[in-house]
Amino acid sequence: MSREGPVTGIVLVGVGGQGILLATQIAARAALIAGYDVKTNEVHGMAQRGGSVVAQIRYGARVYSPLVPDGSAAVILSLERIEALRFASYLAPEGLAVVSTQAIVPVTVSSGQASYPADAEERLRARFPRLVYVDAVSVGERLCDTRVANVVLLGAMSTALFLPPECWAEAIGQCVKPRFVDINRRAFEEGKALAAAVH
Amino acid sequence: MSQALQTRSLLSGNEAIARGAWEAGVTVATGYPGTPSTEILEFASRYKEDIYCEWSPNEKVALEVAAGASLSGARVIVTMKHVGLNVAADPLMTLSYIGTVGGLVVCVADDPGMHSSQNEQDTRHYARLGKIPILEPADSGQARDFILLAMEISERYGTPVILRSTTRVSHSSSAVTLGERTARAASGGFVKDPARFVPIPLYGRPMRTKVEERLNAMKEEVSSSAANVVEWGERSLGIIAEGIAYQYVRELAPQASVLRIGWVWPFPDSLIREFAAGVKKVLVVEELDPILEEHVRSLGIACEGKSVVPAIGELSSDRLASALGGNGNTPTAVRGQAAAVTKAAEAAAEGLPARPPVLCPACPHRGIFYALGKFDVVVTGDIGCYSLGVFPPLRRIDTILCMGAGISMAHGMQKAGEKRKVVGIVGDSTFFHSGITGLLDVAYNQGTSTIIVVDNRTTAMTGHQDHPGTGRTLLGEETITASIEVFGRACGIKNIATVDPYDIKRTVEAIRTAVESDEPWLIVARSPCPLSMKKNPGEPRKVNQELCRKCKLCLRLGCPAIEWVNDEIRVNELLCGGCAMCEKTCKEGAFQAASGACNES
Repeated sequence: MSREGPVTGIVLVGVGGQGILLATQIAARAALIAGYDVKTNEVHGMAQRGGSVVAQIRYGARVYSPLVPDGSAAVILSLERIEALRFASYLAPEGLAVVSTQAIVPVTVSSGQASYPADAEERLRARFPRLVYVDAVSVGERLCDTRVANVVLLGAMSTALFLPPECWAEAIGQCVKPRFVDINRRAFEEGKALAAAVH
Repeated sequence: MSQALQTRSLLSGNEAIARGAWEAGVTVATGYPGTPSTEILEFASRYKEDIYCEWSPNEKVALEVAAGASLSGARVIVTMKHVGLNVAADPLMTLSYIGTVGGLVVCVADDPGMHSSQNEQDTRHYARLGKIPILEPADSGQARDFILLAMEISERYGTPVILRSTTRVSHSSSAVTLGERTARAASGGFVKDPARFVPIPLYGRPMRTKVEERLNAMKEEVSSSAANVVEWGERSLGIIAEGIAYQYVRELAPQASVLRIGWVWPFPDSLIREFAAGVKKVLVVEELDPILEEHVRSLGIACEGKSVVPAIGELSSDRLASALGGNGNTPTAVRGQAAAVTKAAEAAAEGLPARPPVLCPACPHRGIFYALGKFDVVVTGDIGCYSLGVFPPLRRIDTILCMGAGISMAHGMQKAGEKRKVVGIVGDSTFFHSGITGLLDVAYNQGTSTIIVVDNRTTAMTGHQDHPGTGRTLLGEETITASIEVFGRACGIKNIATVDPYDIKRTVEAIRTAVESDEPWLIVARSPCPLSMKKNPGEPRKVNQELCRKCKLCLRLGCPAIEWVNDEIRVNELLCGGCAMCEKTCKEGAFQAASGACNES
């Protein structure tokens, strides 16, 4: 027995409230527009209250399970610095990690029960041979809206996937309110350029 | 169906269920929020021109409303999470006898793996208990198809039908082919027929017989239904899989023969026999309990099942791969690879600080838990965001059982002679759901516990749904605002206080008065959920480091916006909601409103 056909897996991680669901929708829509069978999975409810959250996307000729198998994701996108490390097991050995430099201190740290790793960047570089480590929030600030940080990361992530550029542009158009489409498309392009500069 | 509408859309399982209900001509939809079922009704309410939708106070009421609608001839869905069906079990068991007129489908979402639930009970047991057919979709496309099928079954056999989804069906998206809404003749209304609708023993006994006849009549159809399909492949191993488990099986074993079961109960006996006869070995793959497996064995068919497939938690293709590896049936290569990768990843994740869910910055519940930290009391908690009060540093929830138990268990502990004062906590939506009867018990049976309703004016945990206390309905209409205090008085509680939980000093005083009293108290801690309001209570705070003496008292609030970094207390201004509770706990006055507003657009 073996897994059937080439299915591409994407894992998006972060902290509840960071906007993972929108990023997931855009990427899934881009794959659908490109003509693939697509499945996604999200976490709702309790975990969304500031906890670690994971969303998953799989696309290919035919997708059965909505869950990305361990060690198989083409990309892991992390909206928070250390969450990429927590869920690193999803990534395929040759996969790309796109990680925001943003650090959100968990309450276990602020209350003194644990410490936030000071060597997060070293650990990311050691764990992920292909890493785009990007200050997406600053890019957002430059574009006058920090909320587009997730789309900056999507742009960076798109460099490791083989979806036509027009599918991404169309997906953003479908998933974002009309007045935010332009800024999100610009954010996406910024992310793409950043990734191209890194690897 | 017109060509124009034959579009494929990416829908979540919950959205697909709502879409299917609309296409099936449903005109009434009821439910109570509960992860992972909540969005079904929210999506259904987008069709409000065609479907009357309501959040009922609880699942029992929701099902009773649905039953009434069905008896009037309407097609109706009722939605809830698995534990909600426990609340609705009473009407469901007898509705099975009375039967339905318009199609009635109970959409129940199970939560294997307990992502957002207090247990992982398997709803399929209810089908057998109530002698009710149950369908289980494996993706969004089937979720839509099965609602249409379930409506048909319900009307053809006059029975309620359960549609069981799970977290990975409800919250996964996949492509769905959309159809048009079925035109149905307007209902003629309720037709009086006591022998059919009034199960006093005289009429109830014949109903009981009819239930069995109905199940027998269904048996043939179950085996020939499009919901149950044999996919022949290699004959050395035949896998019987149901619901989402089918997807994991297909992914791991594309060559195997698979009996895919979507209409789960009554069991498709003749199809199972035919399938088993065509393969050398049979393996049953189902999430949670071995319901299907035990039945296959009862047919005299030897099979493997829970001997290899985990019965606890949800499945995945990874989990199944390692399970089947031990059975000699699978992919050692896959398993080996997964193990190696996991090991490498473990090193990367080593020593990372845990990130459990927390009460949000500026959450008003924090004030209550912080205040309760000052008293040596037992706190019986309940289901909602405030469950998170269990975590350090607050740690002010001592028990949780089910909706409403926060009140009743406090009463029980007190009556058992607990030496400490017992404080029961419920949320506003939970109070209306099943807290009122508990409060009535406290008053009626002369209890002395202190009951706190943490009223944040919404059903927050499930994503901010309205309830009888919010003044608004699911359809967005303005309505009455049920008063918790008035309910308290009506129950006979004499001592009632309303506090603003952000005002820690007065909250502590109110709790002190209550717990030192030998009478029952009802404290309503009222402040709207900032997330629900989309408005923070104030300007972000910052720390004046010259005043801060680093006593860390503020860290006891467990606020995600207050950080202890490089031997300094800091406020993360991006997270801070300006509730100013830190300011109120700080004896040095080190917390101040940050000057300069955030420049976010």
